[in-house]
Amino acid sequence: MSFLRVENLCVDLKGSGDRLLRGVSLNVGAGEVMGLVGESGAGKSMIGKAILGILPRSAGVVDGVIELDGENLLALPPKVRRQRIGAKAALIPQDPLTALNPSRRIAPQITDRLVDILGWDRARANDRAREILAEVHIADPDRVLRSYPHELSGGMRQRILIASAFAAEPKLIVADEPTTALDVTVQKQILRLIRDMQARHGTALLFVTHDLGVVAKICQKMTVLYGGLVVEQTDVHGFFRAPAHPYSRALLAATPRHDDPAASLNPVPDDIIQAVRAEVAAADRNWRNG
Amino acid sequence: MLQRTLMRLATTLVTLFGVAVIVFVVIRVVPGDPIAMMLPPMATPEDIQRLKALYGLDKSIAEQFFIWLGGVLHGDFGTSITMRQPVLGLVLGRLPATLELSVMALVIAVIWGGALALAGTRWRGSKAEAAIDVGNGMALSVPDFLWGLVLILFFGVLWPVFHISGRVSPSLELPFTTNFYLFESVLRLRFDLWADIVSHMFMPALALAFPLAAIIAQLLKQSLKETMHLDYVTLSRTKGYGENHVITREALPNAILPTLTLVGVQFTFLIGGTVIIERLFSYEGLGNMAIDAVINRDLPLIQGIVILFAVIFTGVNLIVDLLYTVLNPRLRHA
Repeated sequence: MSFLRVENLCVDLKGSGDRLLRGVSLNVGAGEVMGLVGESGAGKSMIGKAILGILPRSAGVVDGVIELDGENLLALPPKVRRQRIGAKAALIPQDPLTALNPSRRIAPQITDRLVDILGWDRARANDRAREILAEVHIADPDRVLRSYPHELSGGMRQRILIASAFAAEPKLIVADEPTTALDVTVQKQILRLIRDMQARHGTALLFVTHDLGVVAKICQKMTVLYGGLVVEQTDVHGFFRAPAHPYSRALLAATPRHDDPAASLNPVPDDIIQAVRAEVAAADRNWRNG
Repeated sequence: MLQRTLMRLATTLVTLFGVAVIVFVVIRVVPGDPIAMMLPPMATPEDIQRLKALYGLDKSIAEQFFIWLGGVLHGDFGTSITMRQPVLGLVLGRLPATLELSVMALVIAVIWGGALALAGTRWRGSKAEAAIDVGNGMALSVPDFLWGLVLILFFGVLWPVFHISGRVSPSLELPFTTNFYLFESVLRLRFDLWADIVSHMFMPALALAFPLAAIIAQLLKQSLKETMHLDYVTLSRTKGYGENHVITREALPNAILPTLTLVGVQFTFLIGGTVIIERLFSYEGLGNMAIDAVINRDLPLIQGIVILFAVIFTGVNLIVDLLYTVLNPRLRHA
């Protein structure tokens, strides 16, 4: 029984009718880690945004089902949907420098959801904030909770955002390229931290990234996207042993390898791009005719 | 923080000194002779000379300035030529009327402009936002005294619900010990007087508030809309918060800073605007007094009023600076 079930999700750009997601389906079971990969503009972030109800105002879901814990979110009234998402899911954002409100202290930014949405009393929420900060290896939680974001380093802020995402014990976390904005030394620590937290809390994780190396380290299943279309969906071992789709193979070949720098940085060949674009066009034709 | 404040005070004093010098020189260099206006046409040159000596106007400008400055340092701003009373008393007597009017206008502008900005952000991209933009454009393109005339026409003549002149109805007995009528009427729980005073102040305050409200609405809406795209606002949405909470709790505290600076600057313009608006509504404040003083070439009075306006302007800027530090945690330790 999967905790998150996305079925034939279609997202359009309002007005123009341009399709951003073309019938995406995916399942993430409880405690499972699913990687969403693809180049920029492939729609990988868009899936996470659609699930969390934070699509830009210019985009809208036109078709499909997003089922969280057995409940179709898209069939719920907006307010109920927001609160379900707030209670059962959470986001680890990409850029820790912009994802904390600069004019508020850290404590209320962690506890606000617990108090306002989940109805905890303040004392319990504060205890929880302290506890969860200790869990992400922050040495002095009380001082950090009293701080403003500008008083803390980027790595520290990303730990806080991870802690904040796990604070309410959500069943699903969407991590939207959570290491991209960090420098390389911090990236590894943060990645390990997310994996440890996910394993300890048994949270389902949807991990959006363009980095196949990260997918290999953290995910069990993965979905490869191109132009808003699912190109391949497989388990990670299978993918790295034998990618089924030509585009997946090319993507894997384009990944930098530190063991063999000479074999690195092969751009995806033009004929493969042409072929996958043809698939996208075919999907659009099917959708228009059916 | 203390050092910062002291520095600000020092620069404020330099500013005020500069203002004093400029005003002092300018009003003595421009044509127009206060003595000539006081005496009947057949006055002899001896009469003129005697009166000039009486007011110290026969000395050089520099000499006059230092005599005046010496007095100011002892709290003596000279004597009004037309009213023959100490300038300080006259000016301070009128100051409360102007302060109450300006603050009332500011409050109206902040509440109204703020509400329009929030509504425009809440319904951004809709017809409501377009309507707000059009209204703002109109409010901005018409100067405050014209708004005053429009208000007089509608609410004083066609549908006379407000008083159009003065500060309080002359028939009323006033128990006040200060000149802060509006403030004191509340303290004394005299809501009958309060209603009369508000009815007098409402239209001039509204005329002053119109352009400022439009500026606040426009700028605050712009920065709110920019803030609404930021990651921490999006993150707050994923926590389960709706549009209203996100706008007021997450976006507003950050979006308000640029508006605050501008409100400080614009508020000083608003105080400048009281000069004409008070005249238009025969409101007995500093601005009305300033126009009389200029017409009569009452040099000591002009100086006193201008210095007081300068003190108010620098004071407003100081308050805005301090508020900025309070609202922006990043400045607190700097």
